[in-house]
Amino acid sequence: MANRAAVVGVGQTKHKSRHKEVSIAGLVRQAAERALADAGCGWQDIDAVVLGKAPDMFEGVVMPELYLTDALGGNGKPVLRVHTAGSVGGSTAVVAANYVQSGAFRRVLTVTFEKQSESNATWALSPRMPFVPHVNAGAGGFFAPYMRLYMQKYHAPEHIGCLVAVKDRLNACRNPYAHLQIPNIDLAMVQQSPMLWEPLHFLESCPSSDGACALVIADEQIAERSPNPPAWIVATSTRADGVMYAGKDNIHPKSLIACAKDVYSKAGITDPRRQIDVAELYVPFSWYEPMYLETLGICGEGEGWKLTEAGATAMTGDIPINPSGGVLSSNPIGASGMLRFGEAALQVRGMAGEHQVDGARLALGHAFGGAHSYYAMWVVSADKP
Amino acid sequence: MSDAREPVTGIEVPINLKYEFTAGAALARFLSSIREGRIVGQRCPGCSSVYVPPRGSCSRCGIATEEEVEVSDRGVIESFTIVHIPLPGNPVKPPFIAANILLDGTDMACLHLVSEVPTERVVVGMRVQAVWKPREEWGYTFENIAWFKPVEGA
Amino acid sequence: MREAAIVGYVQGPQRRYAGAANESELIMPVVGEVMRQTGVTMQDIDFTCSGSCDYLQGAAFAFVEGLSALATVPPIKESHVEMDAAWALYEALLKIWTGDADVCLVYGFGKSSPGELRSVLTLQLDPYYHVPLWPDSVSMAALQARALLDSGAASERDLAEVVARSRVNALANPNAQLKGRPTVEQLLAEPAFVSPLRRHDCAPITDGASAMIVASGDAARRLCARPAWIRGIDHRMETGILGARDLTRSPSARLAAERAGVARGRVDLVELHAPFSHQEIILRRELGLANEVPVNLSGGALAANAMMVAGFDRIGYVAGCILEGKADRGVAHATSGHCLQQNLVAVLEA
Repeated sequence: MANRAAVVGVGQTKHKSRHKEVSIAGLVRQAAERALADAGCGWQDIDAVVLGKAPDMFEGVVMPELYLTDALGGNGKPVLRVHTAGSVGGSTAVVAANYVQSGAFRRVLTVTFEKQSESNATWALSPRMPFVPHVNAGAGGFFAPYMRLYMQKYHAPEHIGCLVAVKDRLNACRNPYAHLQIPNIDLAMVQQSPMLWEPLHFLESCPSSDGACALVIADEQIAERSPNPPAWIVATSTRADGVMYAGKDNIHPKSLIACAKDVYSKAGITDPRRQIDVAELYVPFSWYEPMYLETLGICGEGEGWKLTEAGATAMTGDIPINPSGGVLSSNPIGASGMLRFGEAALQVRGMAGEHQVDGARLALGHAFGGAHSYYAMWVVSADKP
Repeated sequence: MSDAREPVTGIEVPINLKYEFTAGAALARFLSSIREGRIVGQRCPGCSSVYVPPRGSCSRCGIATEEEVEVSDRGVIESFTIVHIPLPGNPVKPPFIAANILLDGTDMACLHLVSEVPTERVVVGMRVQAVWKPREEWGYTFENIAWFKPVEGA
Repeated sequence: MREAAIVGYVQGPQRRYAGAANESELIMPVVGEVMRQTGVTMQDIDFTCSGSCDYLQGAAFAFVEGLSALATVPPIKESHVEMDAAWALYEALLKIWTGDADVCLVYGFGKSSPGELRSVLTLQLDPYYHVPLWPDSVSMAALQARALLDSGAASERDLAEVVARSRVNALANPNAQLKGRPTVEQLLAEPAFVSPLRRHDCAPITDGASAMIVASGDAARRLCARPAWIRGIDHRMETGILGARDLTRSPSARLAAERAGVARGRVDLVELHAPFSHQEIILRRELGLANEVPVNLSGGALAANAMMVAGFDRIGYVAGCILEGKADRGVAHATSGHCLQQNLVAVLEA
């Protein structure tokens, strides 16, 4: 029923703590122009623009699509702004894909960004409302208890999280756009970095980055005559559930289980570990890798940490996770989800450079937001569905 | 113009906006009770779950919660972390224990502090009880409970 | 493209101050009511999309709290636009067009009462060049009104006539915040607020929420005897730099109207999202509306203007008239940004 759509352009900025040399408009434009160049098209060829980012309070600009219209070439075009918390980069890509899949538009530009250095994100997330029961323990303070619970429940050794950090950070050294690059990182360095929220060390947590990501998504006809290979969008899915309710499973969230089930069924995936060549998962804290492996059905419950320990998720493993270095290495929040989706596309296009997984044909992109509330996923393929 | 001058890469634009926040009807009732030293949650008419603090709805069933239920100030640690970093605006000095505590008679844990116990002794499943601040310090806040501590003799 | 229709719409009370109600307490009644009216349950809904803006109530992720108003076990397919919910409807339509969804819940909420709306909206401007000057939303609208008056395309009397008609129309709308029977002379005797605008030329500040059920062809026919079919819908943007625009025109509204097919048939009624009286005059011209077409029978945004909902409410009102058999073909418009920067136009038919 839906028309075919493919990613024909991927662009991103270098991710770093402070992009002082460009404005917000300059930042999004950099990513967008790189995506257009990859797609071999110009601004005039774009039919619609979809912008995504996390809270406006991170930059202090309300509904920034209004200010960014010129930078995004949006004059006279449809422009839509998505916000689904941390998963926004993923859900924005899904909306952009829908623009093309619906048949309403032929070539769409989608851009996501965060320029946290321009405001005070900690302030934005902790408004200190007088009446809210408040234990100000930061984002890690909310998530760390569930990681401890996971470790305890499945007898996962403490160094597993550190292994994830070493792997992702070494992968990041192959990615010129990655924010954190620590070539001499090893297990001891992660273990000796300061403890933040037990069990999370400093080097097991994501940085806060300025950066942007852009994709050009096109219909079948355009995709087939694009200068670079297309990444065909085989399936997309989003799921959400309430922030907190009785019986919510914060280790294997129901909303992620449902999202994975849906995207696999649409993509004809019955054995994800065997069929998926590479996955970019939204892992802001190290322990999410083993937890996701289980929730995504790549392995059984309690087996995730064993895959990580055995190196199955390394570049050379049988199910490489986050060859780009992932969110642990670059975290421009609004763009972090789209980076996962875009990196998955680069992999199946054979355009991931030094962090290319050999022979990748089918890739999974995943994004997560809120308190285990929002999930977005897509499966992209080198082969036309 | 002198070449020695630094290029302008940014300007500071202080933004001051005043907001008068409202708690929501359900939370307002909770705060009025805790002002008096009582913990009052709400029960979902659909799944019978009791929520503390109440948010006025059960997002499992999507219906309003109205029936009020007074619950105990004792409960059990469902999960926890030991926070080692100082956070801006937080008066508690690290390391401190942040725990999801399931109060007796409720169905969803709430985040609070645990103290008066060595950090290495804290375990999931530990029984804890509220340590209230002196009555004269009580206000419309969950912070009337300073922290939770292990139940003596448990 | 698959057919889609609105089969139910509920607007909550529109008030200057919704009191202590939080996000979910605002949303729950309208979502519950629209589901009750259409007989749709959460299990029937394939996709949910909402529109809101964190900055209105000053809390990041305000929309996440909105999820607490819904039954989310099993988890739902959901998305959110940081825009007027008219664009949330558009996203829902994309899901219907792609075949991903048949029945969608769309809602919007806005609680502007906690903050200083005129200043909050200043933050929609370029943060480096314009925000430091702190022009407020009413002043920017006044610039546009002045440009329109100076162009000779409208007079202050024309503006007052828009207001007088809105107030009278609102008498028939139980949810309207402002209503009455002022004469044009009375209105013109009022002092200037931000010249040339008088207070009554500006929309009130409103707290409110609304919800809608939209469905694909067969589902719509099953749910409703007389669905309001969305025969055309389009949205267009123009630059946010006011100095680069001819403020007396709205080319984005004109283009959206053309693409939505406004001119393809008789128009029984029009709802224009014009938070300032002069904008109704600009929009009438851009949409190419005949003089006799009734505009804003609901009272429009001048009667109640819950931010992030008021554009959606225009569509809802037209849909309501069609659902009730009061009209066969109507046009609805929503806007976003300052001085009609972004516009959406929908054509609804019985």
